[in-house]
Amino acid sequence: MSHIGSYEDRIKHFDWRIAEKELDYTPGSIINIGWYCSDRICQMGKAEKKALIWEGLGGVEKTYTYNDIRLASNTIGHFLRGLGIQPEDRVCLFMDKIPELYLGFLGILKIGAIAQPLFSAFGDESLFIRLENAETRAIITQKKHVPKVRKILDKMPFLEFVIVVDHDPAKPLGEREISFHLENTPAVDEFEVHPTMAESPSVLHYTSGTTGQPKGVKHVHYSLISQYLTSKWVLDLQEDDIYWCTADPGWVTGTSYGIIGAFSNGVTQCVLDAGFSAEAWYRFIQKHRISMWYSAPTAIRSLMKAGEEAVRKFDLSSLRHLASVGEPLNSEAVIWSERMFGKPFLDTYWQTETGSMVITNFPDMKIKPGSMGKPFPGIEATVVHPETYEPIRESGKVGLIAIKPGWPAMMRTYWRNDEAFRNKFKNGWYLPGDRSSIDAEGYFWFVGRDDDVINTGGHLVSPFEVESALLEHPAVAESAVVAKPDFVNMEVVKAFVSLKPGNQGSKELDLEIMNFVRKKLSPLAMPQEIEFVDSLPKTRSGKIMRRILKAKEWGEEIGDTSTLEDD
Amino acid sequence: MEDMKEVVREYVIQEYVEDDTEIKYDTPLISGGIVDSFSMVSLKRFLENKYNISIPDDKATPEAFDSVNKIITLVNEFLK
Repeated sequence: MSHIGSYEDRIKHFDWRIAEKELDYTPGSIINIGWYCSDRICQMGKAEKKALIWEGLGGVEKTYTYNDIRLASNTIGHFLRGLGIQPEDRVCLFMDKIPELYLGFLGILKIGAIAQPLFSAFGDESLFIRLENAETRAIITQKKHVPKVRKILDKMPFLEFVIVVDHDPAKPLGEREISFHLENTPAVDEFEVHPTMAESPSVLHYTSGTTGQPKGVKHVHYSLISQYLTSKWVLDLQEDDIYWCTADPGWVTGTSYGIIGAFSNGVTQCVLDAGFSAEAWYRFIQKHRISMWYSAPTAIRSLMKAGEEAVRKFDLSSLRHLASVGEPLNSEAVIWSERMFGKPFLDTYWQTETGSMVITNFPDMKIKPGSMGKPFPGIEATVVHPETYEPIRESGKVGLIAIKPGWPAMMRTYWRNDEAFRNKFKNGWYLPGDRSSIDAEGYFWFVGRDDDVINTGGHLVSPFEVESALLEHPAVAESAVVAKPDFVNMEVVKAFVSLKPGNQGSKELDLEIMNFVRKKLSPLAMPQEIEFVDSLPKTRSGKIMRRILKAKEWGEEIGDTSTLEDD
Repeated sequence: MEDMKEVVREYVIQEYVEDDTEIKYDTPLISGGIVDSFSMVSLKRFLENKYNISIPDDKATPEAFDSVNKIITLVNEFLK
């Protein structure tokens, strides 16, 4: 029997107090995610239960019980406090998926500081923009990523501490660098967790929009309420489950469901810190007897590409429940997973700003392959007209997804950008920026983004950010960046580039520009295709019309071109 | 053959390695997290430019790019 039971019954009787009660939380009292994810589970008598099974390159394995993660997060918290890190200071986690990332996250929260996880593949420019915006006081990283920090250190007087978790003592530390080896540090048993309250800030995740620089999405400790309950009801985390969330905590899924949801439910979770390969993933499932697997459509389509033969080599019978997030899950992938694993991947829809799942498929609910499912109990969601923002009552008609604000994990604002936050609301609805329709049975069907943001492999890339980086290349005069359809990643970045006089498009320049963007921003932002053009389509006022370029890539009608400048 | 291996190895070091990680001919590149699946596209482009070949997308798998040795095997398939 699944935790949620009857969806209809849950809707009828729903109240977020269900989660508060299960977590023994009383409104107005202290709520600290770090404590809930470690100390509380120990107090429930599960101190010796495995919390984290980590596997790195070459099969190196480390296992942590709930008591181990309690001690480790205390130890990291104690160390940070010793440096003078104060509540609400921003502490960046810039690491691969190593144990210190997970333990550090909890340690930061335990001292009331704000955890700012960033994807470790970010280039120095992406890193700088996000650290500067947050005025981050400390960064916890690995020696392999220190060169990127060093490159931008001079521009960041606010960054006081660069904490290296695997520093080689034979080498000198650089300016502001501190070595901290968790395993060589005495464990701290007695630790005073900071008394954070429901609205105390907890996590700052950065997300990209169409215009402007990436925005810091501010979450609070009360987000635990919906992260806990959605993990329990949608991921259906059961006491004996071995759970694997494949997301990197540099992105919101990796924290909401790769740390908070799993640990607050007291389950055992596995982490694989290695690059993707179908066989390595199947081997990992077989070895650890994974029962609940939360992954992404891009990964699923990559597995499809690797073929049936790879699946058949392994015993994957431990899999009990599968779910997916990041971008719409196409019906072929749902059908394929049912054929391969005997159960479908359930699509879940949410985003960095929503903090937890908002529209989703549920265990035991009728699955319509390709559909996003239905709103989570307690979430009022609909589609609205793009101009009036009034709900569309007609089934099957496309509108903007709209959600009534007020669920626990909803972002509280964009960091130092309240105006952008306010702009996300129209007519009393929060608009995530996606288009969808709703069928007669209340299922949502994703259509696409309502803006130019590119969703590649489940990660949002801002065309503005890529265009800005392109303009820094000495040969580039102008650029326009759009999404291009892709089987595996749904969309990839495509750049149209016009060159400065004296430069000519060539295979060499194409590769040089690709690598230039990759190193500056990230591999996700790197254009997978560059088209050299003489000029870009612009309005008469000189604004580049990405819409026209995108329509060509997708084989769609170009639409109104009356504002297009004459040649 | 050894020259090709060295060219590819050096390119990987130059473009994808930021610290002093040692790259040998059999070092796992994709499964080892040194080159991610997005960056694989630029590595593929490099090989195509350098050796004047075209590698079909269905051959450019994480497994085929997982070490310098495997990359050379793949490139040789398409060299005339």
